[in-house]
Amino acid sequence: MLKMTNLSKAYRTEVVETYALRDFSIHVREGEFVAVTGPSGSGKTTFLTIAGLLEEFSGGDYQIDGANVRGLSDNQRSRLRNEKIGFIFQAFNLIPDLNVADNVDVPLRYRGLNGPERRRRIQQSLERVGLSARARHYPSELSGGQQQRVAIARALAGTPRLLLADEPTGNLDTQMARGVMELLEELHRDGATIVMVTHDPELAIRAQREVHIVDGQVVDLMASPRLVVGAHAQL
Amino acid sequence: MFAYYLGLALRSLKRNVVLTVLMIAAIGVGIGASMTTLTVFRAMSGDPIPQKSTQLFTPQIDNWGPTQQHVVPGDNERLQSQISYIDAVNLMNARPARRQSAMYATGFALTPANPQLLPFQVEARAAYADFFPMFDVPFHYGAPWSGADDAAHADVVVITRELNDKVFGGVNSVGKVLNLDNHDYRVVGVVDKWEPIPKFYDLNNAKYGKSEQIFLPFTRAIDAHLESWGNVNCSGHGKPGWEGRIESECIWMQFWAELPTAADAARYRTFLNNYAAEQQHSGRFNWPAHTRLRDVREWLVNQHAVMNEVRILVLVSFSFLFVCLLNAMGLMLAKIMGRSGDISVRRALGANRRAVFAQCLIEAGVVGLAGGLLGLALTALGLVGLRSLLSDEISRLTHLNVMDVSLAVALGVIATIIAGLYPTWRAVHVQPAWQLKAQ
Repeated sequence: MLKMTNLSKAYRTEVVETYALRDFSIHVREGEFVAVTGPSGSGKTTFLTIAGLLEEFSGGDYQIDGANVRGLSDNQRSRLRNEKIGFIFQAFNLIPDLNVADNVDVPLRYRGLNGPERRRRIQQSLERVGLSARARHYPSELSGGQQQRVAIARALAGTPRLLLADEPTGNLDTQMARGVMELLEELHRDGATIVMVTHDPELAIRAQREVHIVDGQVVDLMASPRLVVGAHAQL
Repeated sequence: MFAYYLGLALRSLKRNVVLTVLMIAAIGVGIGASMTTLTVFRAMSGDPIPQKSTQLFTPQIDNWGPTQQHVVPGDNERLQSQISYIDAVNLMNARPARRQSAMYATGFALTPANPQLLPFQVEARAAYADFFPMFDVPFHYGAPWSGADDAAHADVVVITRELNDKVFGGVNSVGKVLNLDNHDYRVVGVVDKWEPIPKFYDLNNAKYGKSEQIFLPFTRAIDAHLESWGNVNCSGHGKPGWEGRIESECIWMQFWAELPTAADAARYRTFLNNYAAEQQHSGRFNWPAHTRLRDVREWLVNQHAVMNEVRILVLVSFSFLFVCLLNAMGLMLAKIMGRSGDISVRRALGANRRAVFAQCLIEAGVVGLAGGLLGLALTALGLVGLRSLLSDEISRLTHLNVMDVSLAVALGVIATIIAGLYPTWRAVHVQPAWQLKAQ
């Protein structure tokens, strides 16, 4: 589903070149629930933005659902993002001017779906997250947990092949976080492929597999336990 | 997607009302100022008779010579703007054009038949019968007088509908008698609304003023020794009195000829030069033939129908519009940059750059439309202000027509879209990854 091979991402200035990711390789199979962990600044979010086709990479290869994304135009990347990827952000990132249904409608609009099909999908995805009764509410009228559920509904509405979640419970209290995690687990049980970036070990262990990043590289947790412990100690 | 983007634009504008109002106000004020001056400019520079402006010509003949004219020999641009009675009559007698008319501004004291109305002064124009078909003058009642009336020096008049309403209560007055300077004239026609702006056929006298209210045969006016109510310029001293005037080289007449084709115009130019040369041979002119034949548009340019002050005002007001648009651009930039988070989310959800571009430009267009409508209201207000400040003659130019309304709205939309290009370009190049990482 998602395969990065020797991928690198460098930020260059006139005097220095900094690698956010270096020789980064990961393979997420269809139906997997993978947690990507690591200390702050380790490259987790850079991995996620590259995985979500929001950022170019400097070297290596990246394939999503069998398609190589290197050299794709902005249009092609946008279409791929729209059709194959669903995003769940830590800050929910709902559009405040739009009500719940209209927020869920956003990716469907860019897909070019007709009105009845969009309405069907909006209804279906809101029912899935238990918010169909709140379709006309605005984000400011919802709790944090409900907003994140709307964000998940928005990600689901486009029936993506891959869900990318960036600290999905980071802005929620414990109870709301539990609810959101249960929803993600339920989606996974139903066959969704999920990659979740988190620095919360308790959430990470609920995923099928944990990939740890330190200094822009995937670290084998079994082979370098001290490195991991050291990195976590910095948190 | 247009309707979707339009809805998003309206929502976005409602989100920050203060910023939206400031943008619309900046554009509205700029459009209002520029459209106010442009409306006056357009009225001044408009083609008063578009269907015939390339077929109507006015001749200029140098009957004063280079010394009096203060011109460099061969400089055809500076010639008298009117002609003498002698030349007017000679050109009329030659009749080389399809239609032609000598004319001059005059006037009467009109004594209404209705005793309840007091006598009043009316402006009149002495002309030939060709005046009416040549200038496509529309008739409400009756018709122009005939060539035979010209030849017979007949006591006939054509009056305007406005005067007909005032003196005859709006009824068909054809055949009725009008007492002018204690002399009876028979009404043969009533002109419908006809007010060319500028009054191209006589730019010497109230060029933006109304058309005269009475028209009478030139031959009759000369017989009646009707004085010119217009501009009279004389060179040197001549005999006093009416006879002196018509024998003099004073210039006080206008002359127009209808020449439908380029060949007709070329033939008339040759005729005019031959005529001036003939005057030289006869001893009247002591200088080579110096003539000019201009059509309506050339004539308006030559006679500076558009006042320089208005040109400068238009320039200043459009500079002001430019400054207003720069302000609007800054506000739009602030607004769009404030929404870079939303733009990033949209990009993450599948919007390509073209979609972001379209959304931002449509929002700019909506602001421009609102600014254009506000500008239109301010233009109307500005023109009311001008009317109260300026003379009646200039006030006639301060009216909005459909073209002006369309222009104001189009200018608002187009100018704002242009001003919105840079903020839109910035929006298109928002780096979604950076924005989302920053959160």
